Amino acid sequence: MSDELPVGVERHQFDGEERLATQGEPVYGEPTDGEWRAWNPNRSKLGAMLALGMETGLEGGDEETVLYLGAASGTTVSHVADVAGPTYAVEFAPRPARDLLEAADSRPRLFPLLADARKPETYAHVVERDVDAIVQDVATRGQARVALENARFLADDGRLVLAVKARSEDVTREPAAVFEDVRDELTEGYEVLEYRRLDDYHADHLGIVARPR
Amino acid sequence: MTADSPAETGWFAELEPDDSEGAAAAITEGTAAEPADWPKLAVEAGFASDAEEYYDRLKEATTAATRDAVERAERADDRQLVHAVRTMDDCTRTANELAERLAEWAGTIDPDAGAGVEYARAIAGEDAERDVGHERVRSLAERVVSLADEAEDLREYVERETPTVAPNLAALADPVLAARLISLAGGLEPLAKKPSGTVQVLGAEDALFAHLRGHASSPKHGIIYTHDAVRGTHPDERGSAARAVAGKLAIAARVDHYSGERKPELEAELAERIETIQSRTADGEGDENGGGGE
Ligand SMILES: C[S@@+](CC[C@H](N)C(=O)[O-])C[C@H]1O[C@@H](n2cnc3c(N)ncnc32)[C@H](O)[C@@H]1O
Repeated sequence: MSDELPVGVERHQFDGEERLATQGEPVYGEPTDGEWRAWNPNRSKLGAMLALGMETGLEGGDEETVLYLGAASGTTVSHVADVAGPTYAVEFAPRPARDLLEAADSRPRLFPLLADARKPETYAHVVERDVDAIVQDVATRGQARVALENARFLADDGRLVLAVKARSEDVTREPAAVFEDVRDELTEGYEVLEYRRLDDYHADHLGIVARPR
Repeated sequence: MTADSPAETGWFAELEPDDSEGAAAAITEGTAAEPADWPKLAVEAGFASDAEEYYDRLKEATTAATRDAVERAERADDRQLVHAVRTMDDCTRTANELAERLAEWAGTIDPDAGAGVEYARAIAGEDAERDVGHERVRSLAERVVSLADEAEDLREYVERETPTVAPNLAALADPVLAARLISLAGGLEPLAKKPSGTVQVLGAEDALFAHLRGHASSPKHGIIYTHDAVRGTHPDERGSAARAVAGKLAIAARVDHYSGERKPELEAELAERIETIQSRTADGEGDENGGGGE
């Protein structure tokens, strides 16, 4: 359990309730208070991991570089870009990418990329090497594989912050068994530092923090 | 610099800093086996004066590239699909009708006259495998062939475009069936708003579909009865299979219309459901054959 939040993520009061928040243009109808926008852990797996006190290793600050896989319409990656430096947002589907563009509009260091996270060579000419963090939330089959394929972008002391959706791997199996397989497969390229079920906010999801080995 | 030095595989290689169109294309079309320290290399190559300027250019290029791709995807919209799949069916039907006419006519001059598009192919064109010696008949055969070819090209177009317009629907049904459902509903949005019971009977009264289907099955069935999961199920359980397929297709249409995200778990859930349904008759069939079984 950690009380260390990335610089730029703060606990803030919204309607008398304390919530995590970042500073930036609102993106998904979240409550705001001046410059601050609430980070909804029910809409964001990374938000849930932070709310649960996981030690993500994210530090925040203009120098921090992030590769975000599965950006969808930008809910989570917009918060990441609020606190980090250059942030590469990879999304596969054109329709959510339309909304991602809007979220990226007011964030000069958020770079949208329409690409398949299973094919890193299609964006390795754009995304720089030695990023400080990879945040992954692709909800597709082969989530460990995607993380392994993208390890080439990560700095030796960088962090993988991964949300695994059990149902994307196999709807018929026990989530616990799926999670174990994913953690196993990850050891091919990563050392798992911490993992935790996110069920309080996202049913049958596991949060994992790992570093390259 | 050697030909494979990293700077030359970065998206900015060979770009003038003010060529924004080229920059977007380089983002979309480029590749590299490995990432590199692009900001540093770009500054060294003179593409930008410092990292901040590099990131400003990157921002502009990635935004333009993504916007282009999104707009391209939206142009390949459901209206295009509806027209394409209807035209495909029209071309197929017309080719078949004209092929019948051709067979009748050719039968009067060619003792070995065959039938269908296949026969038309045999006698069409200057260097056809057979010469019927009648210019009008040969010309008619050529029309039949080109209509059949157009139908085939349209099918390829539909197979290519449907996954962009409706990725989940295309994965769950085959792309052509997905496009037919969209066409019968009058678009993706109306399809997304239909309850699964309606999806199940879409196409039941459609005359064209009855024609395509031939007279084999009862017309009370919707077009989803052509889905592999329904066809591959024992007739006693086909109703259940059709309900399961319609239920998932209705959800897929909603996801495609409202979010566009891929949800591969829908396929797994349907496969699981169909397996359960089919296992009910795996036993049932054993019973039917039980009398003479050995
Ligand atoms: C659960 S959503 C992500 C939500 C987002 N991370 C957030 O919290 O705002 C999963 C996304 O991953 C995308 N996705 C699935 N497979 C992908 C792939 N191979 N490459 C890139 N994106 C993918 C889907 O299109 C979808 O938008």
